Amino acid sequence: MADVSLKDIYKAFGKIEVIHGISCDMRDGEFIVILGPSGCGKSTVLRMIAGLEVITKGEISIDGKVVNRLEPADRDIAMVFQNYALYPHMTVYKNMAYGLRIRRMPKAEIDQRVRTAAEILELTEFLDRKPRQLSGGQRQRVAMGRCIVREPKVFLFDEPLSNLDAKLRVQMRLEIRKLHEELKITSIYVTHDQVEAMTLGDRLIVMDNGYAAQIGSPLEVYERPGTIFVAGFIGSPSMNFMDVRMSSDGRSVELNGGMHLPLQREEMPSHAGQAVTLGIRPEHFEIAAEGAGLLNLSIDHAEILGADTLVHGHLVEDKTSLTVRLPAIHHFQKKTRLPLTVSSKNLHVFDKETGNRMGK
Amino acid sequence: MVEHRPWLTFATHAVLIIGCLIIAFPIYITFVASTHTLDEITSSFPLFPGRHMIENYHAALTVGSGEVGATVGRMMLNSAVMAFGITFGKIFISLLAAYAVVYFKFRFRMFFFWLIFITLMLPVEVRILPTYKVAADLKMLDSYPGLILPLIASATATFLFRQFFMTVPDELCEAVRIDGGGPMRFFFDILIPMSRTSIAALFVILFIYGWNQYLWPLLITTDESYYTLLIGIKRMLDVGEGQADWHIIMASTMLAMIPPVLVVIFMQKQFVKGMTETEK
Repeated sequence: MADVSLKDIYKAFGKIEVIHGISCDMRDGEFIVILGPSGCGKSTVLRMIAGLEVITKGEISIDGKVVNRLEPADRDIAMVFQNYALYPHMTVYKNMAYGLRIRRMPKAEIDQRVRTAAEILELTEFLDRKPRQLSGGQRQRVAMGRCIVREPKVFLFDEPLSNLDAKLRVQMRLEIRKLHEELKITSIYVTHDQVEAMTLGDRLIVMDNGYAAQIGSPLEVYERPGTIFVAGFIGSPSMNFMDVRMSSDGRSVELNGGMHLPLQREEMPSHAGQAVTLGIRPEHFEIAAEGAGLLNLSIDHAEILGADTLVHGHLVEDKTSLTVRLPAIHHFQKKTRLPLTVSSKNLHVFDKETGNRMGK
Repeated sequence: MVEHRPWLTFATHAVLIIGCLIIAFPIYITFVASTHTLDEITSSFPLFPGRHMIENYHAALTVGSGEVGATVGRMMLNSAVMAFGITFGKIFISLLAAYAVVYFKFRFRMFFFWLIFITLMLPVEVRILPTYKVAADLKMLDSYPGLILPLIASATATFLFRQFFMTVPDELCEAVRIDGGGPMRFFFDILIPMSRTSIAALFVILFIYGWNQYLWPLLITTDESYYTLLIGIKRMLDVGEGQADWHIIMASTMLAMIPPVLVVIFMQKQFVKGMTETEK
């Protein structure tokens, strides 16, 4: 168990820089999720921590010791790969014991550790099987077992659930979380699935194109997204954005159609009159009484999902398209006008130029 | 697909049986000839096995044919040394070469790969003179290293292993690195066990290749004690005006066939596996 600290790490492949300086201090026993779309460099960061990729610039330390130049084996980490990377010709037992055998651990201790891990992961009856005789979920567990027996300082997961079917994924997600709570080993988990990220992580690192767009707890990232990218990436369906103008007193924003939405948190008189981007999550709209709506939506299409209804439409005033998520089932006719309100606390304002969040 | 009509079944079987007979008949004749005395063969050729089998084979193995100067036993040993030397040497060297080309990043990597690949286009016969010169200069004429070494590099096998290694996911290599193993551990603990079916298939092919070598041993051996069996049989026939020892020659031929047949029989299962499936 150990802290992991990234200090301004960079990675370039040849002349192309892919990671542009990421810093993060991970506390002992924390579950960190690195989240981002494909190609944003999240796996590269993980592989740099693992030691499979050389760091171009910066410093990575594990348990207070700088590991930049250490081989993966000497960093005391264990990694679960996306395709599990089990040794196909070895039995489950040998797969789990291999790392310990290389380290010349006494046979009795290897046996004891493997059997304990197998018990935790409910693999005892499969110990003599080869990986190809196992199902996807079982292989996944063997890959985790291979990490557990090593009792490393840090667990690294590289999209471990992406090869499983949806139902198994939910189950394994819970098991990983349970395992983490039992073992309390610092874990770093890479995924592109925001549900995994929200449910597993103590903290998220949301990555965008080689930058850490935001680092924070799942709720923080959801409620107070730091950039337009994070706001649009987290949440499904994604946040609605519209171009608006800050009012002259900085207390509200003015839509193109002339409507005003009051801002709650603070006044931003310094930005008065500036063009900004307004973000509203689909689930934060509420149906208003006829005539009392701040916005009027003309419905194009409604998707009834059972638990809730997704309404796609556009603003009557300026044709901005919006997606609205309403709880329970609603039957709407096309072209119906729907008056909507949204609470001031659920408005997100972003700088149009930099994409950064404005205000707290 | 295949229709089940009685006459069709009959026809297919007939064709197959006739084919087998055509191939098997010369071998049968060889066998028959190896069980008679020389007189019996040369007077009127018998069609059924005679009673001198043990006698002929014993003579071939321990005495040999008149003027060759080496017994069939000795020549079989030479052939076996050469065939096994070539087989193991080729497999080992190609595994190492393919491992280097696939897993290590060094300068001129692709250059070396193409260099190996180009030798595919040059059969032994083309480079026979320079090779002979080199072998002679290194004083390898009439020796086992001389028989084995010039034939030991194999572009085909290197290429085959390279293709196989490229299908092995990189994560396996990384998993070994994280588990604390170095490159040699990865090679011996993971790669070689994973390629064992390909190794078995190659073993069969290369053993037969080594056993059937003719031109190279013919050139390089002048000392009878280094003759391989195939050279020996050829020499037995070179009797000029005299009478060849047909019964001994036929017995030697039968003996020459046994090792490749054994290899095929014992490794058939692995061989077919290696040709058809890849372990994933």
